[in-house]
Amino acid sequence: MLHELSRRQFLKAAGAGVAGSAVAALGFGGAEEALAQAVRPFKLARTTETRNTCPYCSVACGVIMYSLGDKSKNAHPAVIHIEGDPDHPTNRGTLCPKGSALLDFVHSETRTKVPQYRGPGEKAFRQISWNEALDRIARLMKDDRDKNFIAKNQDGQTVNRWLTTGFLAASATTNETAFLTYKVVRSLGVLAFDNQARV
Amino acid sequence: MTNSWTDIKNTDLIIVMGGNAAEAHPCGFKWVVEAKAQRGAKLIVVDPRFTRTASVSDFYAPIRQGTDIAFLLGVIRYCIENDRIQHDYVRAFTNAPYLVKEGFAYQDGLFTGYDEAKRDYDRSTWEYELGADGYVQVDETLQNPRCVYQLLKQHVAAYTPEMVERICGTPKDKYLAICKMISECSARDKTMTSMYALGWTQHSKGAQNIRTMAMLQLMLGNIGVRGGGMNALRGHSNIQGLTDIGLMSDLIPGYLNIPKDREVDFKTYMSTRGFKPLRPNQMSYWQNYGKFMVSFLKAMWGPAATAENEFAYQWLPKLDVSGYDLLRIMDLMHQGKVNGYFCQGFNPLLSAPNRNKITESLSKLKFLVVMDPLQTETARFWKDEGVHNDVKPESIQTEVFELPTSCFAEDEGSLVNSGRWLQWHWPGQEPPGEAKADTWIMAQLHMRLRELYRKEGGAFPDPIVNLHWPYRDPMDPQPDEMAKEMNGYVVSTVTDPADPSKVLLEKGKQVDTFGQLRDDGSTACGCWIYSGSWTERGNMMARRDTSDPGNTGAYSNWAFSWPANRRILYNRASADLDGKAWDPKRKLIEWNGTAWTGYDVPDIAVNAKPRDVGPFIMNAEGSGRLFARGLMRDGPFPAHYEPFESPVANVMAPNIRGNPVARIFPADLAALGTSDKFPYAATSYRLTEHFHYWTKHVWVNAVLQPEFFVEISEQLAAEKNIQKGGWVKVSSNRGSVYAKAVVTKRIKPLICDGKTVHVVGIPLHWGFTGAARKGFGPNSLTPFVGDANTDTPEFKAFLVNVEPSNGPATS
Repeated sequence: MLHELSRRQFLKAAGAGVAGSAVAALGFGGAEEALAQAVRPFKLARTTETRNTCPYCSVACGVIMYSLGDKSKNAHPAVIHIEGDPDHPTNRGTLCPKGSALLDFVHSETRTKVPQYRGPGEKAFRQISWNEALDRIARLMKDDRDKNFIAKNQDGQTVNRWLTTGFLAASATTNETAFLTYKVVRSLGVLAFDNQARV
Repeated sequence: MTNSWTDIKNTDLIIVMGGNAAEAHPCGFKWVVEAKAQRGAKLIVVDPRFTRTASVSDFYAPIRQGTDIAFLLGVIRYCIENDRIQHDYVRAFTNAPYLVKEGFAYQDGLFTGYDEAKRDYDRSTWEYELGADGYVQVDETLQNPRCVYQLLKQHVAAYTPEMVERICGTPKDKYLAICKMISECSARDKTMTSMYALGWTQHSKGAQNIRTMAMLQLMLGNIGVRGGGMNALRGHSNIQGLTDIGLMSDLIPGYLNIPKDREVDFKTYMSTRGFKPLRPNQMSYWQNYGKFMVSFLKAMWGPAATAENEFAYQWLPKLDVSGYDLLRIMDLMHQGKVNGYFCQGFNPLLSAPNRNKITESLSKLKFLVVMDPLQTETARFWKDEGVHNDVKPESIQTEVFELPTSCFAEDEGSLVNSGRWLQWHWPGQEPPGEAKADTWIMAQLHMRLRELYRKEGGAFPDPIVNLHWPYRDPMDPQPDEMAKEMNGYVVSTVTDPADPSKVLLEKGKQVDTFGQLRDDGSTACGCWIYSGSWTERGNMMARRDTSDPGNTGAYSNWAFSWPANRRILYNRASADLDGKAWDPKRKLIEWNGTAWTGYDVPDIAVNAKPRDVGPFIMNAEGSGRLFARGLMRDGPFPAHYEPFESPVANVMAPNIRGNPVARIFPADLAALGTSDKFPYAATSYRLTEHFHYWTKHVWVNAVLQPEFFVEISEQLAAEKNIQKGGWVKVSSNRGSVYAKAVVTKRIKPLICDGKTVHVVGIPLHWGFTGAARKGFGPNSLTPFVGDANTDTPEFKAFLVNVEPSNGPATS
């Protein structure tokens, strides 16, 4: 008879704390009690839900990320499951083969995790510190800008441009990242500025 | 998109050309399925391949890639010939009745004013005839031979169904069936939507591909209405946002432009902008350009931007060419003229054309900085990967930095979807290892440079040391701070000139709308079209109300849609001349005698009388343009041009190769192939299991589509003795790749101008990093030439040869 009890009904009964007695009342004895004990707790019930949108195409499906950790100061949350957001007007909870596998993107083995440097002619990357990398990049930028900045063109018109360094921005970054990037890049006089919108 | 994903459910006919939505945008495509199931809508697919979208279509027709303009001009011809246009809409809401200057003409594939040496036009005749009152002269009867309607009729006359079949390879009977289906949408209660993607943009005339469909949609009365519109299915999650915010050589946020050398001061710059109306009573919204520009400059340089220094106008770089786009900068790099390059989440080694040239270019850099959450090929362009990246590291002197960044799951902020919805999202974990947010990295670089310029001086430090940096933690600005800057805020209190005790705008407050922006320095706004996204009421992008009054698909309280939370652009055009909905069943906004009311934010003033103000408020005419004046480099009307590499000559103008004004550098012109050596018409595309070069880093997707392949027809396979699943070598005049052959019925040979044309399909997605098998991208083969207006590379139509092979040599 147990198979006639739907999973939802069973969980409901279990959740009410009467699983044992209810099942017992149906006359099934100890076997079902053991089964009820063996049902593992629903893991996502204890996670923190966060709304996000899929980072791939421009349909921008709503997703819900489930993280371990309760946002305590020194608890490091980790995303353990991602699924479609059923409330989202566009995707209504569905995801495509890419969106369904987002968790493996977040935890991909080939994600970058530390700053790396490769010197002229070298055959491999080596790890460097953020400070080392950023100091060196800032120095390279300033030296190049100071050397090649064009304040005026041949006709004496003010042009204030720097053409020997370029910047490709990313169309998967947020608007807020994009605006901060815009400010920093344009303040330098960079014109070789582009993003995937053109490609 | 003029409309939104959820609006597609309101349509009667979907045409997918230049895209493959079922494959590349599956969860958005569900709204096509919804329209088919609930409204009985039909789906037409026109594509060189029988795609996944075609497999669920009501009607499919093949087309040779790069011939969409001929196809669509032929549809316009059919609609005119069979009197299937929405007459009232065309007369009132388009420039069909406007008279064009004497002297404008089109002959042998060229418009008036062509200069072959410059590969450019003198566009002075591509203009309206103005009357003594300064307004365009019109002929409401559409009979004047110089009116746009008559010129268009004459222009499309050559594109007969026979000519279309000759150029496109589309059988005449199929073509006529599609013409008939489309033309039925000229009825007031029938609407067609156009869904397109990079299958239209990645051509040397990509902008004109889209324009041709936009013209057709105007003639059918399908712009501004529910279930209609021009709907670009954009590729990346925030490609719309990056375009809006203008991270391109020639742009300033909100579609303003970087000045040219000759625009020596702000006054000169403004003299060619802020257009006055070309017809009486029109809004000509760019009249407010100065307010948006000054407010932008105030957001950039804060208190240092003053009326005395032209609001720091001179601190912006000036352009001496149309733009330093990706192709131009890669070419300059190839010439050894570029020293430093940054790739922030961009993998040009696999996404810029002619990979051999890109490798040579990157090898000439002094330094390359890659910021990415994934290990990209570009960051490893110097690494010897055998046949998959055949380089000698010891001979490459470039210093390379790989900086680890956060991904979406660790980021907070907004992304703009294809339908212009700005949706805020929240992080669910911290970045792995030492990875950092891009905002942190950009701030670190700025703070270091600012310090160096303060300490050492150097070339023109002013724009750097004065960059407005009002962040709580200058070393780590937070998303809410930038979002508020983009929305705009009041810099100094503004009072009513008539009553100084009345405060109009209070210092420090967020503006509610771009209507409040001013050109006197009292407001700052990073991106005027985003005004309203973070007001004093808070973060409008974070709204998640699923209500949808009238079940229109607008979802007006879900997130924020630019501009002004408008969900359908040009929505005034959804109603007739007197303001009643063309189709009462699809009411959007209507005039109630005193105001516009309905389901959406009207794009004209709420009390603007219906017969006064036209729907196309950004145009000085107030109407939609069938004739684009001099605003497109390659013609006020679209015309058929072959791809730069084509299996057949241009039958309408045999001496013209490619788009006559598209820019092509001399070495790249020499690197073009011809059909005697490279006989097959190739195209590139995506698969549903993958997203560009990202998902090969994802185990599940690497398993679903593990290996690079190319698709060919059974006929070509038989002709070349290629086995199903066997190795082939695919070559262009620029490089070659090895791939497994998928021999398929989905591709069939076409007959164009009496010649058999074989199509070769080349998916992208493989490289030499990640979890999938090593492979190649189509960019090893593609030509280094772009669209005449946008310089988007011609990835969708090029020539290759295909030969059976033993595969790449392995050690």
